[in-house]
Amino acid sequence: MDRVPILKIGQTLFVSIQIDLQDESVMLLQEDLADELSASGARGVIIDITAVEIVDSFIGRMLTMIGSISRLFDAETVIVGMRPAVAITLTELGLSLSGVRTALNAEKGLEILNGKT
Amino acid sequence: MDAGGSRERMADYLRDHHDKVAGRWTELVVSGMRGRTSVEEVRRELGDLFTLIVRVLSEADEHAAGELQAALDELSRSRAREGFTPSETALAVFSLKEAVYELVGDSAELVAEFLAFSRLIDELGLRTFEAYSAAREQIISDQMTTMMELSTPVVQLWDGIIAVPLVGTLDSARTQLVMEKLLDTLVATGADHAVIDITGVATVDTEVAQHLLKTVSAARLLGAECTISGIRPQVAQTIVSLGIEFGDIATKANLADALALALRQAGLKVVPA
Repeated sequence: MDRVPILKIGQTLFVSIQIDLQDESVMLLQEDLADELSASGARGVIIDITAVEIVDSFIGRMLTMIGSISRLFDAETVIVGMRPAVAITLTELGLSLSGVRTALNAEKGLEILNGKT
Repeated sequence: MDAGGSRERMADYLRDHHDKVAGRWTELVVSGMRGRTSVEEVRRELGDLFTLIVRVLSEADEHAAGELQAALDELSRSRAREGFTPSETALAVFSLKEAVYELVGDSAELVAEFLAFSRLIDELGLRTFEAYSAAREQIISDQMTTMMELSTPVVQLWDGIIAVPLVGTLDSARTQLVMEKLLDTLVATGADHAVIDITGVATVDTEVAQHLLKTVSAARLLGAECTISGIRPQVAQTIVSLGIEFGDIATKANLADALALALRQAGLKVVPA
């Protein structure tokens, strides 16, 4: 089973998705993230989807759910590195990822979390 | 009576009466053109065609048919570009039949020859028509491409601020193109603010508004904020009376205001030098 690693950098958790997401790996990621958030007390989560080329409504919902989970731990979620084609697909699907913030790249995502916007 | 023989006899006949037939043909075509092309030019074009038709009829060489087709295609294409109607173009070929008929009409012994000749001219006429419509379609698709390229520039206003001036009508195909170009530029330049200027958009109806909203939400997914500028008074009235909601998307009267807002959001300030 592919597991998505969660890296803790300071007060931020960094998740870079580089595999084709299956239902099980998504469930695992949500569990791992919740565990990590509760254990570390991190204030922000950055999800990097630069490598994700194909999205469907399932992945869209997953991203929103991760946002909701993080908010319960008082952490803000920033999704970074979305490809234009992915953004167009999500819009066509009518998903606007409410509840999560977005940034062009990881650097800008960190700036948002550190309140420098 | 064999068809090959009648064609050859017709070729001989045409060769013998070259000046008379070609002259009458030119006359007929020129009168149909109503002075849009010079007589000299028509005479030259038709002269070439006439020679080729005689060569095809006499079946002297196998290249003649291909050459004739190429010449006809060229003729139809130039007619299509010059704005002639399809029937005017086809008439150029069919007039030859009339010119020949006027000449052979009285002599009963040439009926079979004339029929064979007439069949060939009919084929050529259809061919002209096909070439004409192909040329027209080519022109239309070329113009579409040019229009698409013309109408979607993405310009950089400032470091981190880009603008898309939209001109003309927004339909689904164009919105898609604008969206793709805008998002690509956002990624390429790392800009986090985009201004969509709709000064040049003639009408904003629910469909156009829908397209604009889609573009803005796609840009937001990338982490860029969008401002819509260039809303004219009539457009504002239409938007309100149609009940279109732009939600939390900032709208400004002109590009300058939108730029000022973007600069403020980027934490920049313009001061007198």
